[in-house]
Amino acid sequence: MIELQDILETNRMIKEQNLDVRTITMGISLRDCADPELEAFCRKIYEKITRTAEHLVKVGEDIEAEYGIPIINKRISVTPIAIAAEACRTDSYVAVAEALDHAAKTVGVNFIGGFSALVQKGFTKGDLVLLNSIPEALARTERVCSSVNLASTSSGINMDCVARMGEIVKQTAHLTKDRDAIGCAKLVIFANAVEDNPFMAGAFHGVGEAEACINVGVSGPGVVMRAIEQVRGADLGVVAETIKKTAFKITRVGQLVAQEASRRLNVPFGIVDLSLAPTPAIGDSVAAILEEMGLESAGAPGTTAALALLNDAVKKGGLMASSHVGGLSGAFIPVSEDAGMIAAVERGALTLEKLEAMTCVCSVGLDMIAVPGDTSAATISAIIADEAAIGVINNKTTAVRLIPVPGKTVGDSVVFGGLLGHAPVMAVSKFRPDVFIARGGRIPAPIRSLTN
Amino acid sequence: MKIVISVLGRDRVGIIAMVSTVLAENGVNILNLDQTILDGFFNMIMTADMAQAKISLKDLQEILRSKGETFGLEIRAQHADIFQVMHRV
Repeated sequence: MIELQDILETNRMIKEQNLDVRTITMGISLRDCADPELEAFCRKIYEKITRTAEHLVKVGEDIEAEYGIPIINKRISVTPIAIAAEACRTDSYVAVAEALDHAAKTVGVNFIGGFSALVQKGFTKGDLVLLNSIPEALARTERVCSSVNLASTSSGINMDCVARMGEIVKQTAHLTKDRDAIGCAKLVIFANAVEDNPFMAGAFHGVGEAEACINVGVSGPGVVMRAIEQVRGADLGVVAETIKKTAFKITRVGQLVAQEASRRLNVPFGIVDLSLAPTPAIGDSVAAILEEMGLESAGAPGTTAALALLNDAVKKGGLMASSHVGGLSGAFIPVSEDAGMIAAVERGALTLEKLEAMTCVCSVGLDMIAVPGDTSAATISAIIADEAAIGVINNKTTAVRLIPVPGKTVGDSVVFGGLLGHAPVMAVSKFRPDVFIARGGRIPAPIRSLTN
Repeated sequence: MKIVISVLGRDRVGIIAMVSTVLAENGVNILNLDQTILDGFFNMIMTADMAQAKISLKDLQEILRSKGETFGLEIRAQHADIFQVMHRV
């Protein structure tokens, strides 16, 4: 027997508080597509993706209609292309990115992730071809997302790759400068990347995964904010309890959608990702939750503590609601995709350095941050190194998605549109890390990696 | 399949009659009905069984939506599982 109040509450969450399932992401292995001929490889991956994901969008739309819960995105992640395409006799994977883009358009998904390389300890031949292809691949395709994992707790930090990624980010910005460097919004640089992340732009289908799987990312910052509005004045233990209960409800919906999608598509269920993912919509903001807890603005002293509480309570509440939890599972703090974060930057309350501190206690990292177009490659590399160090030492995932917008500087704004939102250009330190970055080599794995 | 039909809007004569006629015509069996006036608004929640239904949930949603519009009501029909999973451990 379902109570009237419960039904009204669920529908209020959906209609007024932006509760949705952020993404159903189908992971597809491309390991069996290897071929020495580039053209044959591209044909094989196109055929495999379009065959495996043929019904993904339709099933997503059917579930959305039947249960009355919006499912915002249907997406695909694939085996890192540096691995899948490695046998190809070629010096560029741009054609592979185009084949992925074509497949994404055919099945109707808005992003396809996995133009990726895992190079935390070093480069193979395929890794280098992939890295060199990233700027052009992102400029020539619309839906392809790229990621590079260049550090891990067990391997340390590949500083040669860190140095290279600064240049690649700059080149990607340059090649997409007529579109406010949007190529950089589709490029994530990871430490401790996870193999089952359903969220873009960092999703790829890890090598330890099954042939195909369904991973689901839930959302609901608006629901959490409305819940803690009800406990104004109560102590933070009560706030944490309230968030836990709300996260449980949100995650149960994700679990239901994941199971149902898995059943209808006849593809095994992978994980539910418990991340609290904001959107630019008013009332769907992680920053607004922090402010509801009692901070004048996101970025004020206390922000890191409030975010730590939020992130932990979301996990504790979500954990019991799902049979398999995975992915990134933590609050996201992308600047351009969160109206509250944008406002905090614009009023001068939130700086790059404060965001860096916040990434120590939540997923994922310095995400969707526009910086001045004249920021040097070495400075971008050094910011990547700092984030990677936070991830490696704290045994967590961190990521960097910076957008150095050509021709723009602090005070300007960049508009990406849609879920990617808009971003005020943020100030970056003027002090130079060039000599440090030019050293290259590897930062050794930390002592905490020696757990055996 | 069990579904939940929720009806929200300004109160008037014949709302329940209209909804139950649509359900009866299409072979949908009403299991439970809970109705109240909240803040001056008509709120009704029906649980129904589609085991013997002659149409799909999608088609039923469309009929209820368009009928609702002529009555000035918002009518949603949803798979009941979404409420079960959210509010029951």
